[in-house]
Amino acid sequence: MFFRAVTLGLMLVLPAAAAAAADRGAAKQQVEFGIKVAQTGLWREAQYRWERAVDLDPTYAEAWNNLAIAYEHAGKFDEARNAYETAIKLDPKNTMIRQNYDLFKEINDRTQKRRGGR
Amino acid sequence: MTGPRNAAAVASLVLLCAAVGCTNFYEIPIETPIQPKMDVTPFTRILVAGFISGGSDDVDGNLETVRLLRSQLRSKSTLRVIEAEVLPLAELARDQIKAAPSTGAGSTATPASTETTGGGPGQPAGEPVAQPPAAPQAPPPQTSQPPVGEPAAQQPATPAAGQESTDGKIRNEKDLERYHAIFDNTAFWKKVGEEHQNPLIVTGTVLFTNTQTSGFVNQNREIIDPLGRRVVQPYRVYMERKGFIIESRFVFIDGRTGTVLFSDRFHEEVLYPAQQQTPALSSYFELMDRLIPSFLGSLSTQRIRGTRVLLK
Repeated sequence: MFFRAVTLGLMLVLPAAAAAAADRGAAKQQVEFGIKVAQTGLWREAQYRWERAVDLDPTYAEAWNNLAIAYEHAGKFDEARNAYETAIKLDPKNTMIRQNYDLFKEINDRTQKRRGGR
Repeated sequence: MTGPRNAAAVASLVLLCAAVGCTNFYEIPIETPIQPKMDVTPFTRILVAGFISGGSDDVDGNLETVRLLRSQLRSKSTLRVIEAEVLPLAELARDQIKAAPSTGAGSTATPASTETTGGGPGQPAGEPVAQPPAAPQAPPPQTSQPPVGEPAAQQPATPAAGQESTDGKIRNEKDLERYHAIFDNTAFWKKVGEEHQNPLIVTGTVLFTNTQTSGFVNQNREIIDPLGRRVVQPYRVYMERKGFIIESRFVFIDGRTGTVLFSDRFHEEVLYPAQQQTPALSSYFELMDRLIPSFLGSLSTQRIRGTRVLLK
Protein backbone atom coordinates (compact mmCIF):
# COMPACT_ATOMS: atom_id res chain seq x y z
CA MET A 1 0.00 0.00 0.00
CA PHE A 2 2.80 2.38 1.05
CA PHE A 3 4.88 1.62 -2.02
CA ARG A 4 1.86 2.15 -4.23
CA ALA A 5 1.29 5.61 -2.71
CA VAL A 6 4.94 6.53 -3.12
CA THR A 7 4.96 5.34 -6.70
CA LEU A 8 1.82 7.30 -7.44
CA GLY A 9 3.33 10.40 -5.80
CA LEU A 10 6.52 10.05 -7.81
CA MET A 11 4.51 9.57 -10.98
CA LEU A 12 2.81 12.86 -10.32
CA VAL A 13 5.85 14.87 -9.13
CA LEU A 14 8.59 13.66 -11.45
CA PRO A 15 7.00 14.67 -14.74
CA ALA A 16 6.28 18.12 -13.31
CA ALA A 17 9.91 18.47 -12.17
CA ALA A 18 11.14 17.21 -15.52
CA ALA A 19 8.90 19.68 -17.32
CA ALA A 20 10.18 22.51 -15.12
CA ALA A 21 13.77 21.49 -15.84
CA ALA A 22 13.01 21.35 -19.53
CA ASP A 23 11.44 24.82 -19.36
CA ARG A 24 14.50 26.22 -17.57
CA GLY A 25 16.74 24.55 -20.15
CA ALA A 26 14.79 26.06 -23.03
CA ALA A 27 14.64 29.44 -21.27
CA LYS A 28 18.38 29.32 -20.67
CA GLN A 29 18.96 28.74 -24.38
CA GLN A 30 16.87 31.80 -25.16
CA VAL A 31 18.77 33.85 -22.55
CA GLU A 32 22.15 32.83 -23.94
CA PHE A 33 21.13 33.57 -27.50
CA GLY A 34 19.74 36.92 -26.33
CA ILE A 35 23.09 37.80 -24.73
CA LYS A 36 24.91 36.94 -27.95
CA VAL A 37 22.73 39.13 -30.11
CA ALA A 38 22.70 41.98 -27.58
CA GLN A 39 26.49 41.97 -27.69
CA THR A 40 26.29 42.59 -31.43
CA GLY A 41 23.82 45.41 -30.92
CA LEU A 42 20.65 43.56 -31.97
CA TRP A 43 18.65 44.68 -28.98
CA ARG A 44 15.18 44.03 -30.43
CA GLU A 45 16.04 40.43 -31.12
CA ALA A 46 17.55 40.16 -27.65
CA GLN A 47 14.39 41.59 -26.10
CA TYR A 48 12.29 39.06 -28.00
CA ARG A 49 14.48 36.18 -26.79
CA TRP A 50 14.31 37.28 -23.17
CA GLU A 51 10.56 37.73 -23.40
CA ARG A 52 10.39 34.12 -24.63
CA ALA A 53 12.62 33.07 -21.74
CA VAL A 54 10.40 34.60 -19.06
CA ASP A 55 7.34 33.10 -20.76
CA LEU A 56 8.96 29.69 -20.61
CA ASP A 57 10.17 30.11 -17.05
CA PRO A 58 8.65 33.03 -15.12
CA THR A 59 10.87 32.22 -12.10
CA TYR A 60 14.12 32.88 -14.03
CA ALA A 61 15.47 36.01 -12.30
CA GLU A 62 18.41 36.46 -14.67
CA ALA A 63 16.10 36.47 -17.69
CA TRP A 64 13.97 39.19 -16.05
CA ASN A 65 17.13 41.19 -15.37
CA ASN A 66 18.21 40.98 -19.01
CA LEU A 67 14.73 41.83 -20.19
CA ALA A 68 14.75 44.89 -17.93
CA ILE A 69 18.01 46.04 -19.53
CA ALA A 70 16.54 45.59 -23.02
CA TYR A 71 13.49 47.64 -22.02
CA GLU A 72 15.73 50.29 -20.55
CA HIS A 73 17.72 50.44 -23.77
CA ALA A 74 14.46 50.92 -25.67
CA GLY A 75 13.36 53.73 -23.35
CA LYS A 76 10.46 51.67 -21.95
CA PHE A 77 10.98 52.75 -18.37
CA ASP A 78 7.75 51.39 -16.85
CA GLU A 79 8.32 47.94 -18.31
CA ALA A 80 11.97 48.06 -17.26
CA ARG A 81 11.04 48.90 -13.66
CA ASN A 82 8.50 46.04 -13.52
CA ALA A 83 11.04 43.59 -14.93
CA TYR A 84 13.78 44.69 -12.50
CA GLU A 85 11.39 44.45 -9.57
CA THR A 86 10.33 40.95 -10.60
CA ALA A 87 14.00 39.93 -10.89
CA ILE A 88 14.76 41.30 -7.43
CA LYS A 89 11.71 39.59 -5.94
CA LEU A 90 12.85 36.27 -7.41
CA ASP A 91 16.48 36.68 -6.36
CA PRO A 92 16.74 39.30 -3.61
CA LYS A 93 20.37 38.50 -2.81
CA ASN A 94 21.68 39.01 -6.34
CA THR A 95 23.86 42.11 -6.05
CA MET A 96 24.29 42.45 -9.81
CA ILE A 97 20.57 42.75 -10.42
CA ARG A 98 20.34 45.26 -7.61
CA GLN A 99 23.24 47.26 -9.03
CA ASN A 100 21.58 47.36 -12.46
CA TYR A 101 18.35 48.45 -10.83
CA ASP A 102 20.07 51.24 -8.88
CA LEU A 103 21.66 52.59 -12.06
CA PHE A 104 18.32 52.43 -13.83
CA LYS A 105 16.53 54.17 -10.97
CA GLU A 106 19.01 57.05 -11.06
CA ILE A 107 18.18 57.74 -14.72
CA ASN A 108 14.49 57.09 -14.26
CA ASP A 109 14.24 59.51 -11.35
CA ARG A 110 15.99 62.18 -13.39
CA THR A 111 13.55 61.62 -16.25
CA GLN A 112 10.56 61.87 -13.93
CA LYS A 113 11.92 65.15 -12.59
CA ARG A 114 12.34 66.49 -16.12
CA ARG A 115 8.83 65.45 -17.06
CA GLY A 116 7.58 67.39 -14.05
CA GLY A 117 8.61 70.47 -15.99
CA ARG A 118 7.83 73.90 -14.70
CA MET B 1 59.27 16.75 -15.95
CA THR B 2 55.76 15.96 -17.02
CA GLY B 3 54.36 16.81 -13.55
CA PRO B 4 54.69 20.60 -13.80
CA ARG B 5 53.57 20.48 -17.42
CA ASN B 6 50.37 18.67 -16.47
CA ALA B 7 49.74 21.10 -13.62
CA ALA B 8 50.12 24.02 -16.01
CA ALA B 9 47.74 22.39 -18.48
CA VAL B 10 45.15 21.84 -15.76
CA ALA B 11 45.54 25.42 -14.56
CA SER B 12 45.11 26.67 -18.13
CA LEU B 13 42.01 24.55 -18.53
CA VAL B 14 40.57 25.91 -15.31
CA LEU B 15 41.30 29.45 -16.44
CA LEU B 16 39.84 28.75 -19.85
CA CYS B 17 36.77 27.28 -18.24
CA ALA B 18 36.46 30.32 -16.02
CA ALA B 19 36.91 32.62 -18.99
CA VAL B 20 34.66 30.86 -21.46
CA GLY B 21 32.37 28.25 -20.08
CA CYS B 22 31.68 29.29 -16.56
CA THR B 23 31.15 33.01 -17.00
CA ASN B 24 27.67 33.89 -15.88
CA PHE B 25 27.70 37.64 -16.41
CA TYR B 26 28.57 40.00 -19.21
CA GLU B 27 29.08 43.72 -18.87
CA ILE B 28 27.44 45.51 -21.76
CA PRO B 29 27.33 49.18 -22.74
CA ILE B 30 23.86 50.63 -23.18
CA GLU B 31 22.48 53.98 -24.26
CA THR B 32 19.34 54.93 -22.42
CA PRO B 33 17.19 57.32 -24.43
CA ILE B 34 15.70 60.21 -22.50
CA GLN B 35 12.64 61.56 -24.19
CA PRO B 36 12.48 65.30 -24.86
CA LYS B 37 10.52 67.38 -22.40
CA MET B 38 8.21 68.64 -25.11
CA ASP B 39 6.75 67.33 -28.32
CA VAL B 40 8.30 69.16 -31.26
CA THR B 41 6.89 66.91 -33.99
CA PRO B 42 4.40 69.55 -35.22
CA PHE B 43 7.34 71.83 -36.08
CA THR B 44 9.93 71.65 -38.80
CA ARG B 45 11.49 75.04 -38.13
CA ILE B 46 12.73 76.81 -35.06
CA LEU B 47 13.23 80.50 -34.44
CA VAL B 48 15.49 81.65 -31.63
CA ALA B 49 13.83 85.03 -31.49
CA GLY B 50 15.62 86.94 -28.77
CA PHE B 51 16.05 87.23 -25.04
CA ILE B 52 15.45 89.81 -22.38
CA SER B 53 18.91 90.10 -20.97
CA GLY B 54 20.46 91.98 -18.11
CA GLY B 55 23.21 92.07 -15.56
CA SER B 56 26.79 92.67 -16.60
CA ASP B 57 27.44 95.24 -19.33
CA ASP B 58 30.41 93.22 -20.57
CA VAL B 59 28.25 90.67 -22.38
CA ASP B 60 25.29 91.30 -24.66
CA GLY B 61 23.22 88.46 -23.26
CA ASN B 62 20.57 88.73 -25.95
CA LEU B 63 22.85 88.61 -28.97
CA GLU B 64 25.30 86.06 -27.57
CA THR B 65 22.58 83.70 -26.38
CA VAL B 66 20.75 83.83 -29.71
CA ARG B 67 23.99 83.17 -31.62
CA LEU B 68 25.01 80.32 -29.35
CA LEU B 69 21.63 78.57 -29.33
CA ARG B 70 21.26 78.89 -33.08
CA SER B 71 24.66 77.35 -33.69
CA GLN B 72 23.96 74.52 -31.24
CA LEU B 73 20.56 73.83 -32.77
CA ARG B 74 22.01 73.83 -36.27
CA SER B 75 24.35 70.97 -35.40
CA LYS B 76 22.36 69.09 -32.76
CA SER B 77 18.72 69.35 -33.74
CA THR B 78 16.69 68.12 -36.67
CA LEU B 79 14.70 71.36 -36.76
CA ARG B 80 15.66 73.93 -39.37
CA VAL B 81 17.03 77.01 -37.71
CA ILE B 82 15.64 80.28 -39.04
CA GLU B 83 18.18 83.01 -39.52
CA ALA B 84 16.43 86.25 -38.69
CA GLU B 85 17.14 89.54 -37.04
CA VAL B 86 17.51 89.19 -33.30
CA LEU B 87 14.53 90.82 -31.59
CA PRO B 88 15.35 93.62 -29.14
CA LEU B 89 12.98 91.94 -26.74
CA ALA B 90 13.61 94.16 -23.73
CA GLU B 91 12.73 97.24 -25.75
CA LEU B 92 9.64 95.59 -27.16
CA ALA B 93 8.54 94.51 -23.70
CA ARG B 94 9.12 98.02 -22.39
CA ASP B 95 6.93 99.40 -25.16
CA GLN B 96 4.23 96.88 -24.43
CA ILE B 97 4.26 97.90 -20.79
CA LYS B 98 3.89 101.54 -21.79
CA ALA B 99 1.15 100.73 -24.30
CA ALA B 100 -0.82 98.48 -22.01
CA PRO B 101 -2.53 101.09 -19.78
CA SER B 102 -3.53 103.30 -22.72
CA THR B 103 -4.99 100.46 -24.78
CA GLY B 104 -6.53 98.80 -21.79
CA ALA B 105 -5.61 95.49 -23.34
CA GLY B 106 -3.57 94.31 -20.42
CA SER B 107 -0.92 91.72 -21.06
CA THR B 108 -2.14 90.94 -24.57
CA ALA B 109 -1.28 94.39 -25.85
CA THR B 110 1.22 94.36 -28.67
CA PRO B 111 3.63 97.11 -29.65
CA ALA B 112 2.28 99.94 -31.81
CA SER B 113 3.06 98.44 -35.19
CA THR B 114 1.88 94.97 -34.26
CA GLU B 115 -1.44 95.93 -32.76
CA THR B 116 -3.13 95.00 -35.99
CA THR B 117 -2.17 91.36 -35.64
CA GLY B 118 -5.77 90.42 -35.09
CA GLY B 119 -6.37 91.32 -38.73
CA GLY B 120 -5.12 87.97 -39.94
CA PRO B 121 -3.76 86.99 -43.33
CA GLY B 122 -5.21 89.94 -45.20
CA GLN B 123 -2.98 92.33 -43.38
CA PRO B 124 0.07 93.68 -45.12
CA ALA B 125 3.18 92.04 -43.82
CA GLY B 126 4.86 95.29 -42.86
CA GLU B 127 7.75 95.22 -40.49
CA PRO B 128 8.36 91.91 -38.77
CA VAL B 129 8.08 93.48 -35.39
CA ALA B 130 7.88 96.90 -33.97
CA GLN B 131 11.10 98.83 -33.95
CA PRO B 132 10.22 101.33 -31.27
CA PRO B 133 12.48 104.17 -30.38
CA ALA B 134 14.89 102.91 -27.84
CA ALA B 135 14.26 103.98 -24.32
CA PRO B 136 16.63 106.69 -23.21
CA GLN B 137 19.80 104.99 -22.18
CA ALA B 138 21.62 106.14 -19.18
CA PRO B 139 25.38 106.09 -19.32
CA PRO B 140 26.77 102.70 -18.36
CA PRO B 141 26.74 102.60 -14.61
CA GLN B 142 29.80 101.80 -12.61
CA THR B 143 29.72 98.26 -11.46
CA SER B 144 29.52 98.60 -7.76
CA GLN B 145 31.97 96.35 -6.05
CA PRO B 146 30.57 94.97 -2.85
CA PRO B 147 32.79 94.83 0.17
CA VAL B 148 34.97 91.81 0.32
CA GLY B 149 36.28 90.01 3.30
CA GLU B 150 33.03 88.99 4.86
CA PRO B 151 33.35 85.31 5.56
CA ALA B 152 31.07 83.05 3.55
CA ALA B 153 29.23 86.02 2.13
CA GLN B 154 28.20 85.98 -1.49
CA GLN B 155 26.96 89.14 -3.06
CA PRO B 156 26.12 90.07 -6.60
CA ALA B 157 28.33 92.90 -7.79
CA THR B 158 25.32 94.50 -9.45
CA PRO B 159 22.55 96.16 -7.40
CA ALA B 160 21.14 93.77 -4.88
CA ALA B 161 18.02 91.80 -5.60
CA GLY B 162 15.00 93.69 -4.50
CA GLN B 163 16.65 97.01 -5.23
CA GLU B 164 15.34 98.34 -8.52
CA SER B 165 17.81 99.98 -10.84
CA THR B 166 16.96 103.56 -11.66
CA ASP B 167 18.70 103.75 -15.04
CA GLY B 168 16.12 101.61 -16.83
CA LYS B 169 18.58 98.77 -17.27
CA ILE B 170 17.95 95.26 -16.11
CA ARG B 171 20.23 94.51 -13.21
CA ASN B 172 18.52 91.78 -11.24
CA GLU B 173 15.65 89.30 -11.14
CA LYS B 174 13.25 91.93 -9.89
CA ASP B 175 13.95 94.15 -12.90
CA LEU B 176 13.38 91.16 -15.15
CA GLU B 177 10.04 90.29 -13.61
CA ARG B 178 8.53 93.48 -15.01
CA TYR B 179 9.14 92.19 -18.52
CA HIS B 180 7.73 88.70 -18.09
CA ALA B 181 4.30 89.67 -19.41
CA ILE B 182 5.65 89.67 -22.95
CA PHE B 183 5.83 85.88 -22.92
CA ASP B 184 2.08 85.68 -22.33
CA ASN B 185 1.32 88.08 -25.15
CA THR B 186 -0.11 85.51 -27.56
CA ALA B 187 -1.01 88.10 -30.20
CA PHE B 188 2.57 89.31 -30.35
CA TRP B 189 4.07 85.83 -30.65
CA LYS B 190 1.44 84.71 -33.13
CA LYS B 191 2.42 87.65 -35.30
CA VAL B 192 6.10 86.71 -35.01
CA GLY B 193 5.14 83.12 -35.87
CA GLU B 194 3.15 84.16 -38.93
CA GLU B 195 6.11 86.09 -40.25
CA HIS B 196 8.32 83.01 -40.08
CA GLN B 197 5.89 80.32 -41.22
CA ASN B 198 4.76 79.20 -37.78
CA PRO B 199 7.95 77.85 -36.28
CA LEU B 200 8.66 76.81 -32.74
CA ILE B 201 9.83 80.03 -31.09
CA VAL B 202 12.55 80.07 -28.44
CA THR B 203 12.81 83.09 -26.21
CA GLY B 204 13.29 83.84 -22.53
CA THR B 205 15.47 85.77 -20.13
CA VAL B 206 19.18 85.77 -19.43
CA LEU B 207 20.63 87.45 -16.39
CA PHE B 208 24.42 87.39 -16.29
CA THR B 209 25.83 89.02 -13.19
CA ASN B 210 29.15 89.43 -11.43
CA THR B 211 29.54 87.98 -8.00
CA GLN B 212 32.08 88.12 -5.22
CA THR B 213 32.40 85.83 -2.30
CA SER B 214 34.77 85.25 0.54
CA GLY B 215 35.03 82.48 3.04
CA PHE B 216 36.62 79.16 3.77
CA VAL B 217 36.90 76.65 0.96
CA ASN B 218 38.06 73.06 0.94
CA GLN B 219 41.17 72.29 -1.05
CA ASN B 220 43.50 69.34 -1.45
CA ARG B 221 47.25 69.36 -1.23
CA GLU B 222 49.77 66.63 -1.85
CA ILE B 223 52.23 65.96 0.94
CA ILE B 224 54.93 63.39 1.60
CA ASP B 225 54.18 61.41 4.74
CA PRO B 226 56.87 60.20 7.19
CA LEU B 227 57.14 56.94 5.23
CA GLY B 228 57.94 58.84 2.06
CA ARG B 229 54.58 58.22 0.40
CA ARG B 230 52.60 60.86 -1.42
CA VAL B 231 49.23 61.47 0.18
CA VAL B 232 46.48 63.93 -0.61
CA GLN B 233 45.39 65.90 2.40
CA PRO B 234 42.28 68.10 2.49
CA TYR B 235 42.56 71.47 4.19
CA ARG B 236 40.46 74.57 4.56
CA VAL B 237 41.66 77.93 3.39
CA TYR B 238 40.15 81.40 3.53
CA MET B 239 39.73 82.78 0.02
CA GLU B 240 38.31 85.75 -1.70
CA ARG B 241 36.79 84.77 -5.00
CA LYS B 242 34.94 86.43 -7.79
CA GLY B 243 33.01 85.10 -10.68
CA PHE B 244 29.76 85.14 -12.55
CA ILE B 245 26.23 83.85 -12.18
CA ILE B 246 23.91 83.07 -15.03
CA GLU B 247 20.19 82.76 -14.44
CA SER B 248 18.29 81.91 -17.55
CA ARG B 249 14.76 81.01 -18.43
CA PHE B 250 14.04 79.40 -21.78
CA VAL B 251 10.49 79.83 -23.03
CA PHE B 252 9.20 77.73 -25.93
CA ILE B 253 6.28 79.25 -27.79
CA ASP B 254 4.03 77.73 -30.42
CA GLY B 255 4.39 80.04 -33.43
CA ARG B 256 0.97 78.99 -34.72
CA THR B 257 -0.98 80.07 -31.66
CA GLY B 258 1.44 82.28 -29.74
CA THR B 259 0.99 80.26 -26.57
CA VAL B 260 3.75 79.12 -24.24
CA LEU B 261 4.35 75.38 -24.61
CA PHE B 262 7.04 74.93 -22.02
CA SER B 263 9.51 76.89 -19.98
CA ASP B 264 12.52 75.93 -17.96
CA ARG B 265 14.78 77.81 -15.55
CA PHE B 266 18.48 77.30 -14.95
CA HIS B 267 21.03 78.70 -12.54
CA GLU B 268 24.77 78.25 -12.88
CA GLU B 269 27.71 80.02 -11.34
CA VAL B 270 31.46 79.96 -11.57
CA LEU B 271 34.03 81.35 -9.13
CA TYR B 272 37.70 82.09 -9.60
CA PRO B 273 40.43 83.23 -7.20
CA ALA B 274 40.25 87.01 -6.80
CA GLN B 275 43.64 87.46 -8.48
CA GLN B 276 42.59 85.63 -11.63
CA GLN B 277 41.47 87.81 -14.51
CA THR B 278 38.81 85.98 -16.48
CA PRO B 279 37.00 87.80 -19.27
CA ALA B 280 33.25 87.99 -18.76
CA LEU B 281 32.57 86.58 -22.21
CA SER B 282 34.62 83.46 -21.61
CA SER B 283 32.81 82.89 -18.31
CA TYR B 284 29.51 83.40 -20.08
CA PHE B 285 30.40 80.62 -22.55
CA GLU B 286 31.65 78.39 -19.74
CA LEU B 287 28.32 78.72 -17.96
CA MET B 288 26.26 78.36 -21.11
CA ASP B 289 28.17 75.18 -21.94
CA ARG B 290 26.69 73.70 -18.78
CA LEU B 291 23.16 74.75 -19.70
CA ILE B 292 23.16 73.71 -23.34
CA PRO B 293 22.60 69.95 -22.78
CA SER B 294 19.51 70.68 -20.68
CA PHE B 295 18.28 73.15 -23.26
CA LEU B 296 18.74 70.63 -26.07
CA GLY B 297 17.12 67.98 -23.89
CA SER B 298 13.90 69.96 -24.07
CA LEU B 299 13.77 69.52 -27.83
CA SER B 300 15.41 66.27 -28.77
CA THR B 301 16.07 62.82 -27.38
CA GLN B 302 19.24 62.66 -25.33
CA ARG B 303 21.11 59.41 -24.79
CA ILE B 304 22.75 58.55 -21.51
CA ARG B 305 25.62 56.12 -21.83
CA GLY B 306 26.20 53.53 -19.16
CA THR B 307 26.89 49.87 -18.57
CA ARG B 308 24.72 47.08 -17.23
CA VAL B 309 25.36 43.44 -16.40
CA LEU B 310 23.62 40.73 -18.41
CA LEU B 311 23.21 37.46 -16.56
CA LYS B 312 22.96 33.86 -17.74
